[in-house]
Amino acid sequence: MKETDTKFLEDSFKKYYFEHFDLIKVPERTSEREFGYQKFNSGMTRHLSIKNDKELHLLFMQNIPSDVYCSNGYYTFPNLPMNEKDWKEADLIFDIDAKDLNLPCRIDHTVAVCSDCNEISKTYDKCTKCNSTKLEKKSLPCLNCINGSKNQVEKLIEVLVNDFVISKENIHVYFSGNEGFHIHVYNSQFQKIGSRERSELTDYIMFNGMIPETFGMKKFKPNRSDFPDINEKGWRGRFAKEFFGSKSNRSKLISSFVKNPLDEYPSFKNTLQTVSKKIGVKIDPNVTMDIHRIFRLPGSINSKSGLTKIHCEDLEKFDAYTDSSFLSDDPVEILANCPIEFKLRNKKFGPYNNEKITTPTFAAAYMICKKLATIA
Amino acid sequence: MLGADQIAKYPFVQDAGQYLKDQGFRLEQFGMDPDLEPIVKKAFDRIYTAAEGKTYKSDLIGNQASKEATLPREVFSFLLAIVLLKLSGMNTLIKRFALQESIRAEKYLEADLKISNNPSGSVILTDEQKSIRDVAAQIIKEISNVEISKPEEKNEGNYTSGKDEWLVNISDYLTRSIHFHEREWKLINRKVENGKVYLSSHQTVRLIRKELGMYINSRLTDTKTPEMIPGFENYVNKLVSLAKKFRTFTVDTGEYPPCIKHAIQVLEKGENLPHSGRFMLATFLLSKGQSVEQIAPLFKNAPDYNERVTLYQLNQLNGTSGSGTKYSCPSCEKLKTQNLCFATSECDNIINPLQFGKKRK
Repeated sequence: MKETDTKFLEDSFKKYYFEHFDLIKVPERTSEREFGYQKFNSGMTRHLSIKNDKELHLLFMQNIPSDVYCSNGYYTFPNLPMNEKDWKEADLIFDIDAKDLNLPCRIDHTVAVCSDCNEISKTYDKCTKCNSTKLEKKSLPCLNCINGSKNQVEKLIEVLVNDFVISKENIHVYFSGNEGFHIHVYNSQFQKIGSRERSELTDYIMFNGMIPETFGMKKFKPNRSDFPDINEKGWRGRFAKEFFGSKSNRSKLISSFVKNPLDEYPSFKNTLQTVSKKIGVKIDPNVTMDIHRIFRLPGSINSKSGLTKIHCEDLEKFDAYTDSSFLSDDPVEILANCPIEFKLRNKKFGPYNNEKITTPTFAAAYMICKKLATIA
Repeated sequence: MLGADQIAKYPFVQDAGQYLKDQGFRLEQFGMDPDLEPIVKKAFDRIYTAAEGKTYKSDLIGNQASKEATLPREVFSFLLAIVLLKLSGMNTLIKRFALQESIRAEKYLEADLKISNNPSGSVILTDEQKSIRDVAAQIIKEISNVEISKPEEKNEGNYTSGKDEWLVNISDYLTRSIHFHEREWKLINRKVENGKVYLSSHQTVRLIRKELGMYINSRLTDTKTPEMIPGFENYVNKLVSLAKKFRTFTVDTGEYPPCIKHAIQVLEKGENLPHSGRFMLATFLLSKGQSVEQIAPLFKNAPDYNERVTLYQLNQLNGTSGSGTKYSCPSCEKLKTQNLCFATSECDNIINPLQFGKKRK
């Protein structure tokens, strides 16, 4: 990133941090957490221990980080190297990202930025200008992406509340500041479980690894009463609702399964896979499995977008590209090469084709973070 | 806490010395009193049966002490077996005994959890049945710290027992089930509701099997070795020579590569060795010229040991049955990807465990 761009982003971020300490709070049990941060154009500094809001704010003002993270894990010695930290427990965390949803709209708002010559194009395998294969995909998610992600969050909450009896007060949903949502779960029965156990939880939530027998389908002599009912709780019920649809259809389908189980078994197995793609919750399993992760700190800015990771009090009403945009609207002159139109704070921007333009700081920062503009 | 029948079924939850004292006995009496001699003989038989890899059949009939005299015999013989084992100092026998007692306890636990199960609907349990069921649940809590409960507990003041279902916290379930490899143990293949996993009595006991084994084993190893009791010498000597019989099975790990040593250690501890680890160990030993019969006992401590299945699988690997293909030991590279490699400098860049220790110049 150019020095002028870094300077611009640092100044804008610093102003935000200074004016919005109210949004940046240390999480509970602060002294047991590990903190870390990144600065523009430099590596990660982690294994930090912080006591209170004051110390955290000092970190922001002294370092003007591009990104700040805090562990989901609790340690006796959070500032020691990983194997000496003495891990105690970890909050359950989830990452839902629009890029994992395979939405058809994605191709419309994704471009490739060449790392060698900065050329921007819609060709993803090699640069159209210099033939370099070092391309970085940049997406400017649309409303459809956000709504798709919201839908996954709702599905996740349904499983957490109904299957795992986690109370809603202990489930905190945040917009990640870029393409999706982060969900933090506190005080659940899962605090102390390790990575392998969490991996099993992710398979459960994603509806992965099922065997037909779980849903009553057997190769030999399946029993009518073993097939799930539409009103059943848990995944058996969700599957039945999606697959059978209605009671009459359920009865009809089960009759054919019972009549010809050996022939029907393989196709039932395939059905499970197909239905899984539809009704499973699309979380990033690596995040949930990680008990030592440092996860973006709520209230901090995501340097992939210049938007803030912010708590969503009311997910349905939450407007990602208004409610998370806090940078100033001071005008700034930039050279924009942003072929995709986007909307921030209810205002449309772009498309720009190598144009020198004046935009509010929040929009300029968004494009510069996406590498689709530079300070003029 | 325990009723008479329960003590006979689960003698390991008793404090051995205290129980004898409470019943008005001293250990020395058993060495001298000819009337008590049959109980010592019974204790010896109990160990002998376990050493043979069989589960001791108690005199309990229908899970109840049939005669007044049966109960003390059951409990004393268990406690005296521990004394004899400690006096003999033979660890192989202690391990075998603990394993068989654990299998025996599993059967009782499962039956007690399942008591008066009525698949066709709810049934009112008698106070006695309820107490038997509660004791089994309490013992599970004691050995594994896992709380289990029934989905429906009270019905207009009466205890009921409908389906064979027990509830376990998801987190308690996961910390144990991740060590099982069968797909049906995956959480997604279980009924999950309200933060609990539904398990049958059999599955509940299977879930805590390892802890049950460890509990019984620790009861044995934690018991202090008493002074030799006059009258016990003969039995103790017999145990020492009995243990020698099994010595052929103990594998000297000195000449083996660290991956194989590790696998043997895991099995010796009674822990679960993944299928890939068992495959490695079996193919390695077969290549080293050991026979299927020599290798099979190594797997006896595995939590899911089944003699018939083990022999079948070993014969398949050996090519003595099935397709006739003899399987070879996996390469070091393959073992690395399976997290089975524990290479040391002694490995000296070999590419297959079979090359370990051979000069390669």
